[in-house]
This record gives sequence, C-alpha cells and structure tokens, in this order.
Amino acid sequence: MQFTVNGQRREVDVDIRTSLLDLLREHLALTGSKKGCDHGQCGACTVLVNGRRINSCLSLAVMHQDDEIVTVEGLGDPERLHPMQAAFVAHDGYQCGYCTPGQICSAVGMLGEVAAGWGSHVSPDLAAPELSTEEIAERMSGNVCRCAAYPNIRAAIAEVAEDGGLEAAPEPRRQEALA
Amino acid sequence: MRLFQYERAATPEAAVADCLAEDARFIAGGTNLLDLMKLQIETPAKLVDISRLDLGAIEEAEDGGLLIGALVPNSDLAADPRIVARYEVLARALLAGASGQLRNKATTGGNLLQRTRCYYFYDRHTPCNKREPGSGCSAIGGENRILAVLGTSEHCIATHPSDMAVAMRALDATVVTLKRDGDRRRIPLGDFYRLPGDTPQIETVLEPGELITHVALPPAVDGARHVYRKVRDRASYAFALVSVAGVVRMDQGRIAAAQLAFGGLAPMPWRNAEVEAALVGQEPSPALFERAADILLADARGQGSNDFKIPLARRTLAATLRELTEAR
Ligand SMILES: Cc1cc2nc3c(=O)[nH]c(=O)nc-3n(C[C@H](O)[C@H](O)[C@H](O)COP(=O)(O)OP(=O)(O)OC[C@H]3O[C@@H](n4cnc5c(N)ncnc54)[C@H](O)[C@@H]3O)c2cc1C
Ligand code: SF4
Ligand code: FES
Ligand code: FES
Repeated sequence: MQFTVNGQRREVDVDIRTSLLDLLREHLALTGSKKGCDHGQCGACTVLVNGRRINSCLSLAVMHQDDEIVTVEGLGDPERLHPMQAAFVAHDGYQCGYCTPGQICSAVGMLGEVAAGWGSHVSPDLAAPELSTEEIAERMSGNVCRCAAYPNIRAAIAEVAEDGGLEAAPEPRRQEALA
Repeated sequence: MRLFQYERAATPEAAVADCLAEDARFIAGGTNLLDLMKLQIETPAKLVDISRLDLGAIEEAEDGGLLIGALVPNSDLAADPRIVARYEVLARALLAGASGQLRNKATTGGNLLQRTRCYYFYDRHTPCNKREPGSGCSAIGGENRILAVLGTSEHCIATHPSDMAVAMRALDATVVTLKRDGDRRRIPLGDFYRLPGDTPQIETVLEPGELITHVALPPAVDGARHVYRKVRDRASYAFALVSVAGVVRMDQGRIAAAQLAFGGLAPMPWRNAEVEAALVGQEPSPALFERAADILLADARGQGSNDFKIPLARRTLAATLRELTEAR
C-alpha cells in the first residue's frame, strides 16, 4: 500500500486489518501518535488527514491511501517547532506527555475549524462562534489528559489563537473535496 | 479482528453489487464498525468501502427541504449554514454528540446505523440477545443505568445512542436508499427503526445490502424555535442519558405547532403524537408540561438502576418546553 505521510510518499506491505495508528507507529516508525484506548475514547492517536483531525485508531490504513496524513512529527521538529508545539512548551501544557502529540494535532485541527466558522455545543450563536476558554474546553473534549494538565493546555491553545497562529493550521478539508 | 476481504466501491450501484453476501458490510467513517470489529462483535467477511462515493453533498430539494448525502460528515452537516439557519435543532444535536475528531469521520448514514452502547452487548463473555440471538439479556436484572424505559421487550432493553437521529426524528426526516435490485426506497425515519420484540438483533427495516444514499429533510417550519437538550454524565463527550429535540412555533401566546423527539429513553428515537397533540393550541404552563410528561411516560418502566430516567425525562421535557415557549 502507498501512503503520503508528512509530505513523503511511503510504500509498505501491511495486513489489510492495520489501523492508521498501527501503520504510523509499527510500520513507519512514527511513534509520536500514541495509543491510549484504541477505541476512539481518548484522542491520544489524533492525526490530521487532509487537514482534518481524526482518531487514527478508528481508521483503516487501507482507506487512507489517497489522503495527506500529517502527524505531530510533520508539524515541526525540535529545530523548527510549530507554533502550537512551542506554546505547549512555553505553557507547560503537559506532565507525562503521553496525550501531548494528540492534543497538539487536535488543537491545530480545531483552530482550523474555528477559522472556518464552525460552531460548537457551547456557542450561543452557531453562525458566529468566538473562541473563549469554555469553547476551547468543549472543542478539545475528545482529548483526555490523564495528568489533568488541562489549564495549561487551554492556555497554550489560547495563546496560539490570539497570536493569529491560525495561518499555520492547515485548512480543514472542504465538503467539495469529499466527492 | 477477523480477517476480511476489502473492496472500494466507485458508484452506489457497484457498492450494492459488491455487498451481496450476508456477512458483507458497508464501511463509511468506520468509527462504530471498526470499534465493534476490534472486539469481534462484528465479524464481517467483506468490507465494501463506500467512503469515496459521490454522496458528500447537501443539496436544496425541490419541495424546499434539503437532501443530505449519506457520506456528509457529522461536522460538515452541523456547520452547514442552511442547517444552522433552518434546522438548528439538528446542528445542535450533532454538536452535542461524540468529539470533534469523531464528528469529522462519522457520516450521516453511519450515524443512523450505529449500534447500542449496552455494556453487555460490548462484552462477549455475557449473554446478549442482540449480539447472540437466544442467549438471554444480561441487562434485565443487571447493570442497566444507561438503558431504555420505553419500547423495550423482555428480550432487550437497549437504547439507540444517536443524538443526530433524535433531531432528525423531530424534523420528520426521510431515509433514501438503494436496494440490490436497483429499486430506491424513501423510508420515513418514523418507520425506519424496529422495536426489539423477540428479534432485537434486527434494528431497522433495511434489507441486507441496502445502501442509504441520502436523508431528506422536509421544508423547515417557519418561525419555529429549535432546542436540543442533552443530559449526560459529563458536560461533553458522553452519550445521552435523556435528550429532547424540540421544534415549537408560538402564535399569540399559544403553542401553534410542536414536534418533539426523545433520546436515551427507547430502542429508537422516540416520538409520541399524543404528547404533541396535548400541547398544540394551549398556553404554556407548568401544569401543561406535566400533562405532556404524563402522556409521554404513561408506559415507562424502569429496570432498577435506570429508574431515575423516568423523573429525569419528566424534568428534561419541562425544561425544554419552557425554553421553547418562554417569551424572549
Ligand atoms: C468514544 C465515542 C463517543 C461517541 N459519542 C457519541 C455521542 O455522544 N452521540 C452520538 O450520537 N454518537 C456518538 N458516537 C458514535 C458515532 O456518532 C458513530 O460511531 C458514528 O456516527 C458512526 O458513523 P460512521 O460513518 O463512522 O459509521 P460506520 O462505523 O462506518 O458504520 C456504522 C454502521 O452503518 C453501516 N453503514 C454506514 N454507512 C451506511 C450507508 N450509507 N448505507 C448502509 N449502511 C451503512 C455500516 O455497515 C455499519 O454497520 C460516539 C462514538 C465513539 C467512538
Ligand atoms: S439490553 Fe439488549 S443489547 Fe443489552 S444485554 Fe440485553 S439484549 Fe443485549
Ligand atoms: S487511541 Fe485512538 S482515541 Fe484512544
Ligand atoms: S500529560 Fe500526561 S496524559 Fe496528558
């Protein structure tokens, strides 16, 4: 099977049952994405597919051969951190760090959704959502942190949002692109 | 996970032709099916990947309603300006469900067909009539806090977990399908799900290999207020214990039209025409809301740990009706 991961074309021979998460971790040595629950309940496996955040554990690799897959490794590296990675460091947005790659990918995807004007469960006006602390908490509820670093995670995300770090976030895939 | 054959369908017609065997399944977002396959609760011999079919658009229908493609992700449906402006209860229900990541993958068709979250259905080491017909129901007399109080049978008391379907039920949505023989069907959502009876493993009227291609929404009710109220164990990322989807139009201080559907209470999104009839033409009042709840819950039956859902449904209905009818 062929995949495009972090801008690189990769070819691997894998069992048809392989999840996107196992493909990344076990076959492409991209161990940034983490396996917490393997059932869509924790968000540790969050990656960006065509700019959208998804749970890679509930995805079959074979179904994503034509997609652009971006993992935490693809967002930035230690020499050139993505603004979201830098903000997590600056705000101590983690303790053990296990949930962090998923949090960062999810936050980048989430800011793209806000930029596209998507409302949330807590938006009073779905047509004109504004990013508040409550909004960040609601929109990030798919990422569970066992260490409860939530206040600092929210602070890191809020800073990137205020700094206009939105441009750095990939555009969520629009509907037309689905067809 | 059991080994399966995999095929990616290019057209809806090819998809139904590919999905001939009894143990073949369509896969769309995969967020429910793969979860169940990992636990070997679902063991399809073949997966027909429908995720690339050209069914990802939301179009204006001739009757003034909307036609939603079966592959429209839950996120896109909730964010669509026409849904937000005309069918807000649907956007609200979608946004109250799952997480941002899951909504990006979950599809309109897959959401309708997601399976129950009954603990025993997920635990292969316990009897469950839905998972293994004839084996018994562990939830009756067991842990049933999240399960149903209406529409149950002595064979199964599972709830349907979808939020989206509850709003669609209130909105009188219709499921559009393509059958193996090429026939298309339009099935009102009210006729789509089946009560468990003595065959809880059969959940809808779909035939094997029948593909959902669209969901049609009728024209929106002019001047109506929309509310989706979901009560759950956490503020976010949890299934409903009780939910109410309501669309109400007021006229000179009286309820002129009311459409109400309920989640978390029954094996399907629940609707009761008598509840709505009792409200129409009346001035809103706490006594009226109590009467509506009496009608809704007349046949409700708890199983022990889910008894609390009956008073909770009563209060949630009253709170929703207050929000739908109070002067702003
Ligand atoms: C942790 C977690 C929390 C969740 N919380 C909520 C919640 O709070 N509220 C809520 O409503 N949902 C919730 N969900 C469920 C989620 O909404 C569903 O998993 C999702 O909607 C299923 O859509 P899908 O496209 O991924 O379906 P799939 O998994 O691809 O398919 C589900 C079923 O539908 C069939 N199918 C799919 N598409 C079609 C079609 N077009 N025609 C015929 N058959 C089809 C498949 O064969 C399969 O049997 C949660 C899920 C998880 C994992
Ligand atoms: S309630 Fe239904 S799904 Fe749950 S154990 Fe009983 S038969 Fe199975
Ligand atoms: S590992 Fe995917 S959500 Fe937990
Ligand atoms: S930092 Fe430890 S789980 Fe989040």
